Amino acid sequence: MSIAASASELASGADLRRRLRAALPALSLALVVAAIAWLNPRAISYFGFTLMLNLAIPIALATVAQMFVIAGNDLDLSIGTFVGFVCCVSATWLSEEPALGALALLGCVALYAALGALIYLRNLPSIVVTLGMSFVWQGLAILLLPKPGGRAPAWLQAIMGVKPPFVPFPIVAAALIAGIAWFGLMRTSYGAILRGSGGNAVAIERAGWSLLEAKAALFALAGLFGVLSGMALVGITTSADANIGNGYTLLSIAGVILGGGEFVGGKVSPIGAVLGALTMAMAASPLLTFMRIPPDWQVAANGAILIIVLAARVLISRGAAR
Amino acid sequence: MTGALAARPWIWSFLGAGVVWLAAATFTGGHGAGGMLTAALSLAVFTVIVGVGQMFVITLGPGNVDLSLPANIGLASAVAMKTMGGDDSWVAVGLIAALGCGLAVGVANYLLIWALRIPPIIATLSASFIIQSIDISYGRGLQIKPPPGFADFTNIELVGVPLLAILTALFAVGANVALNRTIWGRSVLAIGQNIRAARLAGIRVEPVRFRTYALCGALGGLDGALLAGYFRGANVDIGNEYLLASIAVVVIGGTSVSGGKANLPGVWGGALFLVLLLTMLNTFGVSAGVRLLLTGLIIVAVITAAGGEKRAR
Repeated sequence: MSIAASASELASGADLRRRLRAALPALSLALVVAAIAWLNPRAISYFGFTLMLNLAIPIALATVAQMFVIAGNDLDLSIGTFVGFVCCVSATWLSEEPALGALALLGCVALYAALGALIYLRNLPSIVVTLGMSFVWQGLAILLLPKPGGRAPAWLQAIMGVKPPFVPFPIVAAALIAGIAWFGLMRTSYGAILRGSGGNAVAIERAGWSLLEAKAALFALAGLFGVLSGMALVGITTSADANIGNGYTLLSIAGVILGGGEFVGGKVSPIGAVLGALTMAMAASPLLTFMRIPPDWQVAANGAILIIVLAARVLISRGAAR
Repeated sequence: MTGALAARPWIWSFLGAGVVWLAAATFTGGHGAGGMLTAALSLAVFTVIVGVGQMFVITLGPGNVDLSLPANIGLASAVAMKTMGGDDSWVAVGLIAALGCGLAVGVANYLLIWALRIPPIIATLSASFIIQSIDISYGRGLQIKPPPGFADFTNIELVGVPLLAILTALFAVGANVALNRTIWGRSVLAIGQNIRAARLAGIRVEPVRFRTYALCGALGGLDGALLAGYFRGANVDIGNEYLLASIAVVVIGGTSVSGGKANLPGVWGGALFLVLLLTMLNTFGVSAGVRLLLTGLIIVAVITAAGGEKRAR
């Protein structure tokens, strides 16, 4: 066998693996859906998906929020409590005094941008800053709504209760979220700058772009999608609780990584992140309930699913790197 | 002065702890200032033990962090209490069981990171899900009290200084020597500074990483046993606050989040600062919401004042 032939063979193998790797988020989602279909065929229906993907919209939005932060090589450990705080604002101010509520939510986005700027200017570890902020959001949420309660605005409940023909609403919404995030981050020139700020900050700066603006923009986008996530969540649950979003921090990180994102280097995939979020949302409870896994072990099964998918990804990409 | 401060970033955390303590003591008019310090020392111990483990892990470099500590502490507390079974003669066995349990968690974490090449954040996170389930099903409905002798031991005070705090201080000194004077400790620092350079310099990176994660796990296990003794009973949520606390004290104490620069005295300073901060807010009698809000704002303010590292150009 000549060297050229084996090299091209290798290249096509690597190419195949790269494609496999890119398709992995979709494959894992397909696997979870197939498992559900096999365990309970009746779940695969318009109504079944609407129920199973009930909480997928807020999870997908929180995951996209986390993705923007991860694109800049940072991590947001406060997104969960932030989503909870937004829920509380939406269930109280936004329904009683819409103008005040809207202003507060806009203020949250501005605060997120300011945090991004602070992290950049003082070169702070985002993990610690957002850790501190997670206390802040939780404290504010408890002050605003000491006991679970409040009421989501009627229009928000109406939006989350939409029943489009043929395709369940969560799937339509997920496609919309993925599409918008994909276009903004992957298909616009400023999106490329934003990803570049995570991939090669020095190059972006030398090219004349402001890294400060990029960081602030990434965090503002995270804040914006965090606000949307909280509003979507409270639209589904109709009332709020200061601790309602706490699990979202870990879910969102897991979703981004399942979707093919990397912690460093600005390598993220909006479509993958939304698929990862859907996988987490489906694997989290519908699948486990159908598998009759006792509640004690459902958390463990979540961890196991994460490990299996990531292991598969590593096997594929290790082959690609060779 | 600036030079001394730059060389000893942990001074800030102790200064902060002092300021917070003074504020609390001033508010009460000096009443119970000593008691406050004693209580703070006994609570800080638990944060220091896991903080030291977390510090070594974080020092390994960017992305290295152990998120499984809370689950680890919870499981170890249950294992310790079940092994001791309320019998004083089984205390040593129970402690060893808890250490072993924590060690096993640490080893599992490392195996996931190494074999599957998963980022440590995700590996320890997934592991913590599994550990949490094991704990829930293992410790289900059990509220086993610690043996009376063990519970008393965790509460002994010598002239206002908790015995555990003295032991933990000695342990911290030992850990400091291990960090700065042993091959393993120097290797951890070297790997954190530049893993490639460390590898080229002949350091066997993987065994060092293995020992570091195993140590952090074992310390989490020990912490679980001690916590169950101090709070008189194991439960699943006993370690929950130590996820944030262990990372926060490491960073407040001057250890670099990007690795390669560790600071052991700072872990003590950071832990005292955090505990005294909560004590102060409690003496002010603020509500839970305000307490959380202020804790968060102060952590952000402290880290902003301390500043990050100089940007590498």
